Amino acid sequence: MRPSRRQFLKSASAAALLPTPAIAQGAGPKVVVIGGGFAGASAARFIKKGSAAITVTLVEMNPTFTACPFSNGVIAGLRPLRAQQFNYEKIADAGVSLAFQPATAVDAQGRSVTLGNGTKLPFDRLVMAPGIDLRWDGMPGYTEHDADTMPHAWKAGEQTLLLRSQLESMADGGTVIISAPANPFRCPPGPYERASLIAHYLKTRKPKSKVIILDAKDAFSKQRLFQSAWAQLYPDHLEWVSLSKGGKVNSVDASTKTLTTDFGEHKADVANIIPPQRAAAIAQTAGVADRTGWCPIDPVTFESKLVPNIHVVGDAGIMGGMPKSAFSANAQAKVCAAAVVDLLAGKTPAEPRLINTCYSLVAPDYGITVAGVYKPKDGVLADIEGAGGVSPIDAPQENRVLEAQFAEGWFKTITGEVFG
Amino acid sequence: MDATRLFVAAAAILASASAGYAADAPPGANSCSGCHAASPNVQTPVPPLNGRPGAEIVSQMAAFKSGGRKGTIMDRIAKGFSDEETRAIASWYESQK
Repeated sequence: MRPSRRQFLKSASAAALLPTPAIAQGAGPKVVVIGGGFAGASAARFIKKGSAAITVTLVEMNPTFTACPFSNGVIAGLRPLRAQQFNYEKIADAGVSLAFQPATAVDAQGRSVTLGNGTKLPFDRLVMAPGIDLRWDGMPGYTEHDADTMPHAWKAGEQTLLLRSQLESMADGGTVIISAPANPFRCPPGPYERASLIAHYLKTRKPKSKVIILDAKDAFSKQRLFQSAWAQLYPDHLEWVSLSKGGKVNSVDASTKTLTTDFGEHKADVANIIPPQRAAAIAQTAGVADRTGWCPIDPVTFESKLVPNIHVVGDAGIMGGMPKSAFSANAQAKVCAAAVVDLLAGKTPAEPRLINTCYSLVAPDYGITVAGVYKPKDGVLADIEGAGGVSPIDAPQENRVLEAQFAEGWFKTITGEVFG
Repeated sequence: MDATRLFVAAAAILASASAGYAADAPPGANSCSGCHAASPNVQTPVPPLNGRPGAEIVSQMAAFKSGGRKGTIMDRIAKGFSDEETRAIASWYESQK
């Protein structure tokens, strides 16, 4: 992979020295960013901040962004959906052009992006941050239509509210079932935070009810911390069924809210199906996704290993040790932005260091974290050994309270940096 | 490999010559603002880094690393940075307003 990266860098440097059409017209280089989530919005903003001479266009379908982090709190009735919602006004004020359109095609050779309304946006470099698609072929019996009955709530918005309203209308004594997918997927601790906060809701509002996680895995993010907290807080309200205990859901039936595993059938009153995922369709269209469905990247520049001049950041990418989190997406976007600015100026980007921090709430006043520090190694983003890890298992209660407060602070900080 | 490293180091020096925006931040520095708000308008218990004396950042990072200062999460993150990397990040933050 190293030679191809060098070739990219070489050709990029060479291209920057030659008068490209855009520069010949005196217009400055053009960058298009696809996707206005934590990754794409950050990339657009920081590229513009890095060089005002670059014309940056952010392509995003929805003029309102609904954040996934903290949306489990909405499901559990702890916060309103509007606390998750942001617009792009400040990003526009920062000099980024906005196109509220779907991106329908990418011409890597001719360097243009086609929008839903037929507009073609030329680019010198393209940053793709399209996020995930749910794989509707990934859970037998579960179609897009069935999400109206058994919500995934893995893209925040209407689905989040639907799952909340189902919990609210469920009679006390009911069973909530969450089907958790195999790796990799968006937000590795997400299903377990969700189960925790649903258990909190049930314990306080519907104490005869229970939430069960049927899992396609035997291990998950922050597992010991979650399980220790569950034993303490929710011994009667939360049950985790691992893969080896028959947790993997093989098929679902939306008409009866039945989930079938190798070990039998589970009838749910509320069913939350989190299906397998892959990079969003436009990544497949652009040719930056490989056979796994995800996008391999160079860990210094985030340039695609498959298509030159296209960079990929956020959940769609194969990011080595970095999880698919909002913190990672934002951190990657800032490194990618600096690399894009450097490459367009004919400079070689420096080797980066990146941090990830993921907060999870087990209860409103009980926070836990996993952190990591990463650097490029052997062509991927690798954990720096000796750093990172999870909150201590024996930490005092005041640390859990502090981490819950820091979680809230993190959400305000990151949304402030990206959208504020 | 050595040539690549030299090239990268030279590029880093060149990049740092025009400080003032995120594209020129030393490796790792861009990640800090995920928790340490760059904007004074954000209400968070996490202290800001912009404009803070570099020596103070260096000594706090050393204390987190050695265990001399207990943290909820910084003790785990500080261990990922060498003293040299920390000094570069600290002096860059000192220069940010």
